[in-house]
Amino acid sequence: MAEMMQFDLVSPERRLASVQASEVQIPGAEGDFTAMALHAPVITTLRPGVLKVVTASGTDEYLVTGGFAEVGTAGTSVLAERAYAKADLTPALLEELVKEANLQRDASNTDAAAKYADDLVAASAQITG
Amino acid sequence: MPNLKVLKNRIASVKSTRKITKAMQMVAAAKLRRAQEAAEAGRPYAERFNAVMAQLAGGVSGDSGPKLLVGNGSNQTHLLVVMTAERGLCGGFNGNIAKLARVAANKLLAEGKTVKILTVGKKGREALKRDLGSHFIGHVDLSEVKKLGYADASGIAQDILSRFDTGEFDVAKIFYATFQSVISQTPTEQQIIPADFSNVDAGDVSTVYDYEPSEEGILADLLPRAVATQIFSALLENGASEQGARMSAMDNATRNAGEMIDKLTVEYNRSRQAVITNELIEIISGAEAL
Repeated sequence: MAEMMQFDLVSPERRLASVQASEVQIPGAEGDFTAMALHAPVITTLRPGVLKVVTASGTDEYLVTGGFAEVGTAGTSVLAERAYAKADLTPALLEELVKEANLQRDASNTDAAAKYADDLVAASAQITG
Repeated sequence: MPNLKVLKNRIASVKSTRKITKAMQMVAAAKLRRAQEAAEAGRPYAERFNAVMAQLAGGVSGDSGPKLLVGNGSNQTHLLVVMTAERGLCGGFNGNIAKLARVAANKLLAEGKTVKILTVGKKGREALKRDLGSHFIGHVDLSEVKKLGYADASGIAQDILSRFDTGEFDVAKIFYATFQSVISQTPTEQQIIPADFSNVDAGDVSTVYDYEPSEEGILADLLPRAVATQIFSALLENGASEQGARMSAMDNATRNAGEMIDKLTVEYNRSRQAVITNELIEIISGAEAL
């Protein structure tokens, strides 16, 4: 069994998870990476994607839309703008998120907004698929 | 001696007032619990966020940093964001926040600065309308919001940020009440633009982090969120404070009504007895006259 580390997932409205995890797969803005215990300290922003947490009791999946992750010596914390546990996600909710992203893309017409929408679509395909 | 019927009516009306204030107190107590839970649930995020921001901000030196952090070099125009409740009947809650904002606004005006006011919550707007109404630039109505969400805060933040980008103001401050306990809420003034993390504990600063993308990139991405986060926690604090203030105000009102009922009842009984005595005297003297 791999070494465990403290993992926290918080959104502005609540704390979604605070568990001992052996590894966490984080959708970083510059690419996905997996944080394990004793990972070098890093702070990265997130892109919309699927966050996977491997704990002793199994793997949990969360959809995050943005925010940042801090991998430190004390553990890993992810501060997500919006985060949903896979179990809480409904097709309707996903659809709404994607619709919102598309609206924003149409409104602002920037690369960032377009990337956001594309990432979100990919993430929702991954989590439902 | 007041007329019996009048007294009776007054007792009945005070009794129904007491019923209403009692009900309001209980509703406020229930809402307070929920608001406190929400405020507590939001705390871990705000704490971690501010700690990371303080760390990042500590690394920025001189005037080269982003405008949201170091300011745009001027402090001529001030934006005061006054956050109050949508409803009254909560003691000095709205008044205290409005007073703090008014004092700050008058001080800035006396220094020759330009003041702009953005109100969140109807009551603060009403309180400031008379003497500072000409400085209003906008209003956020939260009366339709049942449960405060992060989306509400980020909407307000976006409004403020877009005004900052167009150069409408140089410095922004928020006014709200910090929840201390049910009986004490402290009106608070907090600067959000340029961001001030000087009083935040950055935690363990000895750790050297790698930043992805660059440190500046992260800072630019996070600063607008910091504004939203601060507004969100202020709104949550305000929500809890409002319910706390309402609860204690209604508790006082209920007690006052009780005292008033007791007093009126004593008066009612006295006048009833006086009437009876009078009638007896009339009967007795009538009988004697026969």
